[in-house]
Amino acid sequence: MLHIVNKSPFTTTSLESCLRVSKPGATILLIEDGVYGALDGSRVSAAVRAALADRTVCVLGVDAAARGIEGKVLDGIDVVDYDGFVDLVAANDGVQSWL
Amino acid sequence: MSEAGATKKFLYINRKAPYGTIYAWESLEVVLIGAAFEQDVSLLFMDDGVYQLIKGMDTKGIGMKNFSATYSALGDYDVNKIYVDKDALAERGLTLEDLQHLVWEDENEDWAEKDSIRLVSRDEIAGLLEEQDVIFNF
Repeated sequence: MLHIVNKSPFTTTSLESCLRVSKPGATILLIEDGVYGALDGSRVSAAVRAALADRTVCVLGVDAAARGIEGKVLDGIDVVDYDGFVDLVAANDGVQSWL
Repeated sequence: MSEAGATKKFLYINRKAPYGTIYAWESLEVVLIGAAFEQDVSLLFMDDGVYQLIKGMDTKGIGMKNFSATYSALGDYDVNKIYVDKDALAERGLTLEDLQHLVWEDENEDWAEKDSIRLVSRDEIAGLLEEQDVIFNF
């Protein structure tokens, strides 16, 4: 399953909930203000790093670049473009958007 | 009641990330209006508002206006008290080095260039709030 998170981890519990109930093998895509969850060294980065052990975490590169954090993304997170976003949707059986 | 034309202390509190909502941009617009009326303006960036000051933003890929260059023009409008919650930065894995270097020129010291950003603790923020005549929230 593809999980999409578009809110800052500091303003909603979307990322926290997503990390709690996503299964091993799932893919988590961070977009819009959700990209702040990919920033290394933050209060949430330990939880994201833990998820990387059994899930794939991706960040939409254009949203990270817009926010000036493209170079500060945690090691192990894949940076994808819009085509990559489409590929993820096509490759997964279901999409869960955490609002 | 204060007399007409008196200068008041205005504080603009910015607590939202840029681009995800319109608050950051709207705040800048209102700050510049306040500065044009020669009020004593301060800006405070806390919570996700600290993300607004990150340097090196490139919005070409999302089709939105990159308004981050406007922050560096604030010094020219005598907006030179820019307070940043240092704990909010640290929680987000950021340091002062990740932010734009905002400066102003002090006409009383032969236009010496000075830093506009002041990192503040939460105790200092509490004091800052108490000093204000008017507080705007974004």
